[in-house]
This record gives sequence, C-alpha cells and structure tokens, in this order.
Amino acid sequence: MSARLRLAFFSALLVPLVAFPILGLKLVTVGINLEIQGAAPLTWWIIAACTLGMFVWQLLRRRLAAGWASSPNLPRIPAGTGNFLTRPKTQRWGILALALVALVWPFFASRGAVDLATLIMIYVMLGLGLNIVVGLAGLLDLGYVGFYAVGAYTYAMLGEYYGLGFWTCLPIAGAMAALFGFLLGFPVLRLRGDYLAIVTLGFGEIIRILLRNLTEFTGGPNGISGIEKPTLFGLTFDRRAPEGMQTFHEFFGLAYNASNKVIFLYLIALGLVLLTLFTINRLLRMPIGRAWEALREDEIACRALGLNPTLIKLSAFTLGATFAGFAGCLFAARQGLVSPNSFEFIESAIILAIVVLGGMGSQLGVILAAIVMILLPELTREFSEYRMLIFGSLMVLMMIWRPQGLLPMQRPHLELKR
Amino acid sequence: MKRPILEVRDLCMRFGGLLAVNGVKLNVYERQVVSIIGPNGAGKTTVFNCLTGFYEPSWGEILLDGEPIHGLPGHRIARKGIVRTFQNVRLFKDMTAVENLLVAQHRHLNTHFLAGLFKTPAFRHSEQDAMALAAHWLEQVELSAVANRPAGTLAYGQQRRLEIARCMMTRPRILMLDEPAAGLNPRETEQLKALIALLRDTHGVTVLLIEHDMKLVMSISDRIVVINQGCPLAEGRPDEIRSNPAVIKAYLGES
Repeated sequence: MSARLRLAFFSALLVPLVAFPILGLKLVTVGINLEIQGAAPLTWWIIAACTLGMFVWQLLRRRLAAGWASSPNLPRIPAGTGNFLTRPKTQRWGILALALVALVWPFFASRGAVDLATLIMIYVMLGLGLNIVVGLAGLLDLGYVGFYAVGAYTYAMLGEYYGLGFWTCLPIAGAMAALFGFLLGFPVLRLRGDYLAIVTLGFGEIIRILLRNLTEFTGGPNGISGIEKPTLFGLTFDRRAPEGMQTFHEFFGLAYNASNKVIFLYLIALGLVLLTLFTINRLLRMPIGRAWEALREDEIACRALGLNPTLIKLSAFTLGATFAGFAGCLFAARQGLVSPNSFEFIESAIILAIVVLGGMGSQLGVILAAIVMILLPELTREFSEYRMLIFGSLMVLMMIWRPQGLLPMQRPHLELKR
Repeated sequence: MKRPILEVRDLCMRFGGLLAVNGVKLNVYERQVVSIIGPNGAGKTTVFNCLTGFYEPSWGEILLDGEPIHGLPGHRIARKGIVRTFQNVRLFKDMTAVENLLVAQHRHLNTHFLAGLFKTPAFRHSEQDAMALAAHWLEQVELSAVANRPAGTLAYGQQRRLEIARCMMTRPRILMLDEPAAGLNPRETEQLKALIALLRDTHGVTVLLIEHDMKLVMSISDRIVVINQGCPLAEGRPDEIRSNPAVIKAYLGES
C-alpha cells in the first residue's frame, strides 16, 4: 500500500512540475521588454484538479482496472479484430476502399479541403517511399527530406530557366532524386543503425543549406516562385491562357471555375499515389523486396547466401529517393513556390513519424498515419500553441497501446503446390 | 587422384597479437564429408570465417577448383558455391519458413525490375520454379507443415534443418556446417546424419563440418582434420584419428 501511495504522490507531483512552466507562466511584451506573468486563476485551478485527479487515479488504478475487467456489459473489441485488420487481404480491400473514397471526394468537398487532401497525398507518397527505406530495408534515414527538396527544386529550376512543364519535369525530378540517393548512398551505406541515421541527417541538412546559399541558382532564402501549374495535354487551368495555349474551360465550353485547378492537381496527386502503391505492392512480392526484408533481419546471413548487401541497400535507398522526388515535384506545383524553409529537419521527422505510426512496412497503416499527422494540425488550428503537446501525447498513447504501429502487416501466406 | 575441389594452404589468421589460426592446410575432395574437430577455442570457426570471406586471412591461400578465392567478399564466395550455416542459427526470424528459402534463391531468380513490375510470363515462371524448389526442400527436411510460420517461432531442431535447406537453395558445391548438431536431441542428431548423407550421396554436395558430437563425426566423416590452438594436429580417416596418440593427448590432456 505504501509503495502505491508513494507512486501516486510522485506521479501527482509531476503534473504541476510539468504543467507549471508550460501553462502557468506567460511571456508578455511590455514596451520593448519581455515580462513573465502568472496565468489566470482558472488555469491554476485546472492544474490543481489534474494533480488531484492523477493522485486518485494512481491510487485506485488497479482496483479500477479489475472492476473494468469484471463488468460484463461494457462493449469490448472482439479478440480476432486485430488479427483480421492486419491480414494482407483485409488491408488490400482497405486501400481499395480508401482509393474509391479519394476518387469521388474532390467533387463534393470544398476547395480548401481538396487542397489539404492534395497535401495529404504528397505526404502519403513520402511516407510510402520512406517506408521502403526504413520499414522494409531497415535503414534509418533522417535526411529523407533532402530528396524531397531535390525533386521540388528540379521542377522549379527547370521551369524557371528552361521553361519546361510539369509533365516533362516529373520524371526528371524522380530521376534526379534517384541520382542523389544513389550518390549519397554509396559512401553512407557501409554504416549501420545510429551512425547511418546521423550521417543521413547531415546530408539532408547539407542539401537544404546548399539550396539556401546557392543564391544565383536557387534564389537563396527567397526560393523560386511563380512555378507553373500542371496542364492537361496543353490545356491550362488559368482564367486566361498565355499565347499559343488554350484554357481548359474554353476548350470544353465550361464556365471558368477556380477550383478546377485544385481538383486537377489533386487528381494528379491521387494518380501518383496509386502508382506508388502499385509499384511498392509489386516490389514487395519481387525478389528484391524479399531481399530488403532479409537484409533488415540479418545482414551476415544475407552475405553468406550470396546476396550483395551494398547493392540491395543501394536499391532501397535509390527507390525511396525516387518517390520523394516525385512528391517534391508535386509539392512545387501545388505551392507555386519553393524555398529552403519547406525542407527543414522537422519535415523528415514528420515523415518518419508517419512511417512509425503506421506500422513499419504496412501500406494501409502509412496512409492512415499520413492522414492523421497532416489532418490533426489542420483541425486543431485553434489550439496551434498546443500542437506539439498533441503530437507528444499521440506518440505516448501509441507507444502504450500499439507499439507496432496503427496497422502493422502480417506476413503474406504463400501456398505450396504439391 | 584428381585435384581437390577445395585446397587450403598454410592458412593463418592473426588478430593483433593473437595467432588464432596458424598454418592450417586442408584438401577437400568432391563428395566427401570432411570434419574439423578440436577443443573449444581451437580456431575452427575462424577457419570457417576465413574460408567464407567473413575474415580476410592474414596469410595463406584458399583455392576453389584451383582458383584463388581468399580476399574476396563473402557474397562473392557464396556465389562461387561455398555456403555456410552458423553456430548460432541465423534465420530471417520474422519471415516465414518458405520466404527464408525464397530469399536464398535471389541470385537464380529473375530480378529484373520491370519484369516484376508487370509480372511478365518469364517472371511468373521464375517465381513458380522458386516456389517449387522451396516446396521440394521443405519436404526433404520435413517442414512442409510449418511453411508459413515465421522462422523465429519454429522449434530449435526445425530451425537448424531450415537453415540447411536454405543453404541448399543456393545450389552450393561445398556446404559448411558449423556445429549443426549443437542443441539437438539424439533422435534429431540421427535425422541430421541422414540428411548430411543424403546431401552428399544424392545431391553431390561436398560437406565441411565442425562438430563436437564425436559419435556423429566418426560415423559420417570421410576425413577428419584436428586443430589444436590454431595449429593442425592430425589429419586422416576416422579410425586413424581415433587411435592417434597426439589427438588423444590434446583432448584428454597428459596422463
């Protein structure tokens, strides 16, 4: 009993200790000085109530849990649900259903919502790409945003200096990112685990700083603006077409609608996501996909069986980078502006969080996690000060309840022929 | 007599001040079972690591069919047909038994990116062949019933057998088994013996064996090499080794 009392006491003590500096103090500008002021009494009361609540909860936790377990009428998740949801077949249907919803979505939603959905699609692509590197091949890459930046700047610069359009630049952006992945991968991939993470982190930062300082080419901190939107076989979605081009609404005899542009971009994003899903799905069932997973599990055994670890790692790194390049190109088209600020380390962290939240290696999990991670900050705009707090608590809850991620994937069942 | 498939001459391995292997020589002929025995810490596994390219020998020559292979990286040596198992089983634990076998065939499969992306007939064919071969070997080692279980969840004896089957998927010429009977019960050891005999007789594989179970070693080996403290001590047929005074001294100590 005394042990539990002590635990409850210290747990309760932690609450004001953490809450006081965050919620209890406020910085106020007075003239040119900053002043620290106490918060409103209501905040104090809430902190006190939480402290008391924590004390009581820790004291009675075991008894409450026992009561919960013995009460029969509470709804409970059936035991087989987890198993059912992680089965590859279920997940495939889940992805199909999501794709259908995504297809009809832009025609009912508002313009802002469609724009946000485009952003989610970009992050889904990034998550799926990084999932190859981290989830399948087990290479912790903290500089993934670097390849995203390469893709975005490839489109921006080719458009700016050579006037190339989106569709020409899309494959070039993917190829450029792949090239960077390949070149960076060569020296880096002999490292493992934490060391690899640190070096990739460094490379990500180098790319960003390079973009900021090569002012003559990349526009420095201001970036490149006025990036063209994609066209549909030469039809633009602007109100008025530049010379020698036609607009979409004129060609089809429709009234001009500004949201057409957004919807078109969204559909491109959706198409790319579906393409990514298809490719990765096939890759998983190809020898190279199996080799990635084998490498994650045991590199020495791989070598003893004649698999070349460097080549396999490099292929994972390069392919992951390619998808980041596509996503970057799309991002540049959506923003109409690229600047080094969009490619800071926090982006890498968010993408990594998407992969880990979703469940390493699971595609449906990554999609759901991308939706949660991007939608959550948008939905909680009013509490934007507490955004990090929400992220943090989400991570803690995940660690407690689903340490393998939202929807980890089971191994596929291979039928043996007799 | 014809040329040995594997020749090791004057193999030395030095770790700083420690000479772990000193002047070991080996002649392995095709379709033989050759055992390397010796007390713990004698350098048997170090010899294995040198042969399979996990260590680069400090001195000496390793010839496969007369072609030097020392200094090549491990995966290159494996591709030349020398494949090994490990003292502590190294399976891909989260992957299923059959997937373990498929990974090992990587080199023989159609790994063309576009072929796999569009599932061309050639790709399908190659995958089907791989599955058939995996199924065949699962049957050989009596693991068909657990084909779709993660390898890490199998019983220890099953994991040992799966590891040998996985090696066989690479179509090796020389199979190197590092203490395959460690942790097996007598019945499983008998099965292992039958399996090694099968590999040699029907599949034409040359087997190099490190083992402490003397009953197994004596009954299956064609030749035995004894190593003590890194140095070669004796070499010969099982009955010669059994009666060799130097070997008895090394194992039982001076009397």
